[in-house]
Amino acid sequence: MGVNQLLIDGGRRQFLARAGAASLGVGAAGLLGGGALAATAARSGDVGVIQTALALEHEGIAAYQIAGKSGLLSPATLKLALLFLGHHEAHRDSLAALVGKAGGKPVEPKTDAQYISGLDLGALKSEGDVVALATKLERGAASAYIGQITALKDPALARLFAQISADEAIHWTTLNNAAGTPIPASAYVFA
Amino acid sequence: MSSPEVRAAVGPSTKLARVGAILPIALLALAAAARPGIAAGDAAAGKMLYEAKCGGCHSVERNRIGPLHRGVVGRPVASVPGYSYSPALKRLGGSWTTARLDRWLSGTQKMAPGSKMYLEIDDPAQRRAIIAYLGSVSKPPPR
Repeated sequence: MGVNQLLIDGGRRQFLARAGAASLGVGAAGLLGGGALAATAARSGDVGVIQTALALEHEGIAAYQIAGKSGLLSPATLKLALLFLGHHEAHRDSLAALVGKAGGKPVEPKTDAQYISGLDLGALKSEGDVVALATKLERGAASAYIGQITALKDPALARLFAQISADEAIHWTTLNNAAGTPIPASAYVFA
Repeated sequence: MSSPEVRAAVGPSTKLARVGAILPIALLALAAAARPGIAAGDAAAGKMLYEAKCGGCHSVERNRIGPLHRGVVGRPVASVPGYSYSPALKRLGGSWTTARLDRWLSGTQKMAPGSKMYLEIDDPAQRRAIIAYLGSVSKPPPR
């Protein structure tokens, strides 16, 4: 299928071969995010926005975890899914820390059963189905972060949202290419 | 010149006037022309916009981070079974008309401060298209 074809392409073979380095990259991104966090004492008006973003990350984490255990993914795709899962976990940790720092209680994840129902994960029958769903979710997530930036009072938090949105955009681009879907011709893909 | 892309590129209209003196008008026209055309009430364009802008949190058929949207036009506010609404939305009352949805999408926190949704859509044509799509999924199912 498209995913495997893409992943065994030369460039992407190298990409996957560097997955270990990419995992280190997650740690580095976490450190960068930490820099943003250090500058941010979430203003009270921003906590609600962060909580909504945190709920989004919980859902993404659940989707990748459940899909990862489904047995539908080939080893190469699973490896990529785990990489993206790591990104989402780093986002979750940053956002939850901000809520805690502001004296709030970070929103908890729902149950797996709720995510399975909400995302209709029971309908996934193939790797292609999983990739299609993940592509849709990542696109929505990238747009959601951008769409909420103007609601934020704290510029440092706006920067964090932009960083996270860029991560989601990388996920979307990778999955979109894997599915063989052309990049949209018009600019402002996530506007 | 009112497209969000152009606004995003050059800032508010006051800045636009200043920048306009040095930025070729043709560039602005090009940016505006690059935007996909959205006709008011265009449910097909609205579906694409819905998936791109709302799909992070919502779906038509299932409660997710936000409530499901099947039947939203005309239904009472905060009425989807199984969805945990914020107190702010529960207090809002009334039903979701197209006019009210337009107001909601243009400023969720202005309409219901403290609600869970913060995403706003500045472009009226985009709002109309999304609402047209929501209307199309709000019709009674065929018998």
